[in-house]
Amino acid sequence: MALNNITLGQYYPADSVVHRLDPRIKIVLLIAVIVAIFLASNLLAFVPIAAFLVIVTRLSKVPVKMMVKGLKPLRLILILTFVLNLFFLQGETPLLNLGFAVIKKEALTMAVHYSLRLILLVLFSSLLTLTTPPITLTDGLERLLSPLRVIHFPAHEMAMMMSIALRFIPTLLEEADKIMKAQTARGADFETGNLIARAKAMVPLLVPLFVSAFRRAGDLAMAMEARCYHGGEGRTRLRVLKCQKRDYIACAVTALLIVCVVLCGKAY
Amino acid sequence: MAEPIIAVDHVSFAYEEDGPLAVRDVSLQVEKGSFHAILGQNGSGKSTLAKLINGLYLPTEGTVTVCGMDTKADENTWEIRRRAGMVFQNPDNQLVATVVREDVAFGLENIGIPTEEMPARIEKALTDVGMLKHADKAPHLLSGGQKQRVAIAGVLAMEPEAIIFDESTAMLDPKGRRDVLKAVQRLNKEQGITVLWITHFMEEAVVCDQVHVMHRGQIVMNGTPREIFSDVERIKPYRLDAPPMARLAAQLRAQGMPLKEGILTVDEMAEEVKRLCK
Repeated sequence: MALNNITLGQYYPADSVVHRLDPRIKIVLLIAVIVAIFLASNLLAFVPIAAFLVIVTRLSKVPVKMMVKGLKPLRLILILTFVLNLFFLQGETPLLNLGFAVIKKEALTMAVHYSLRLILLVLFSSLLTLTTPPITLTDGLERLLSPLRVIHFPAHEMAMMMSIALRFIPTLLEEADKIMKAQTARGADFETGNLIARAKAMVPLLVPLFVSAFRRAGDLAMAMEARCYHGGEGRTRLRVLKCQKRDYIACAVTALLIVCVVLCGKAY
Repeated sequence: MAEPIIAVDHVSFAYEEDGPLAVRDVSLQVEKGSFHAILGQNGSGKSTLAKLINGLYLPTEGTVTVCGMDTKADENTWEIRRRAGMVFQNPDNQLVATVVREDVAFGLENIGIPTEEMPARIEKALTDVGMLKHADKAPHLLSGGQKQRVAIAGVLAMEPEAIIFDESTAMLDPKGRRDVLKAVQRLNKEQGITVLWITHFMEEAVVCDQVHVMHRGQIVMNGTPREIFSDVERIKPYRLDAPPMARLAAQLRAQGMPLKEGILTVDEMAEEVKRLCK
């Protein structure tokens, strides 16, 4: 098991305009782009969105290979979406007779449409996680959700939990590795056997890991209190998010994209 | 005598109501700018005492006063914790943020220091413990001693008057232990920060001004390291081992070598042997 050299999330460090954008703006813009993708009512409308994706990817300096990797876990769903739409949608113009089924032109268009929509959704979302470190993302989310405090939504607490989780992932992985080695030294077998045997072998790993995680949680709570932590109230921040010119430009460009998509949809 | 910054007055504490007392009728005063050590075996109540001083636990009986403030009063809690910071045993379990710089900022954020003031304070604190060059690293990439120094910086940034170290070197390797102790000694000497050093390592207590020995929840001995360790036999019942040099001196004396009393360090031993050889 490769527990060393783990990277958190799938952040791709680089110095680019996209990386430097305010995380709040990035999150909001992602939502706007998702709306644009759903607004696209014909294939022509996907052209500006795809062009936008290409430009942003180039600007972000993220290698295309990394982007495509994000699609991999979804390939089954993609193929299913395409095939099911292709065979089961009704249409008028027959395109190809396969003997057992007739593929219609309208069905093909819809299949391409749905698949493209999915691909774009995934690619834009991975662009956000590739260009934003998890901790910055957490920060952005906290700031965006903080107005919900009025209805008692625990935005600060959520963000704090997420950042503590991020902090402790490497620590707990290290510990899991240590426990695993200790159990292996005493004859435990994690590698062989069928699925059930291997799942059973995990029990002596998980029990000590859980016990220690709870002990850590207790210690950490004590340490946080000793350092005057008393919730989000009256707290100041080291990092203050401030919108800059580039953030406004990004907003304008995205707004333009939505207009283009709507116009292209009407062009037919 | 300087004014006491920490005053523990006849304090007892039990974890559960009517349960056994973890700390029994302890009194203790730490003067401003001094370096005190509390020595004791596991389960002697020394960690409990540390948490009583910081207001993490409240005494069942007696009073704890920090900078003139009673820990029992709710409105004092945060001011006491800012003025008397605390560094714990496990270096992994007290760092909160994913980057060193932000971890040091954590305390500052909690007490509402304006954002503009933070970078300067953080840099000063990290410089004081010699960790500035690691400011942008993730804590899990640091060694135990380095993590502990980051934890100290986190307390230091809050500009405390005293720092309580609750067995902060117990989980470190010898080098990390030396580095941390050296950093703390420097803070004590150069910045006049009061130190309460809780440990079960005798050799660390040697550098202190005052040593308090705890045994079964009580303070059983008070004095300078020289007074405490000069009598190797007297501290044995508390299951403490005198520093190696004090033990060696006692054995040599038993063999008939006329060594003077109160030898604690290798340097002192070397001096004394040199003197005898003349």
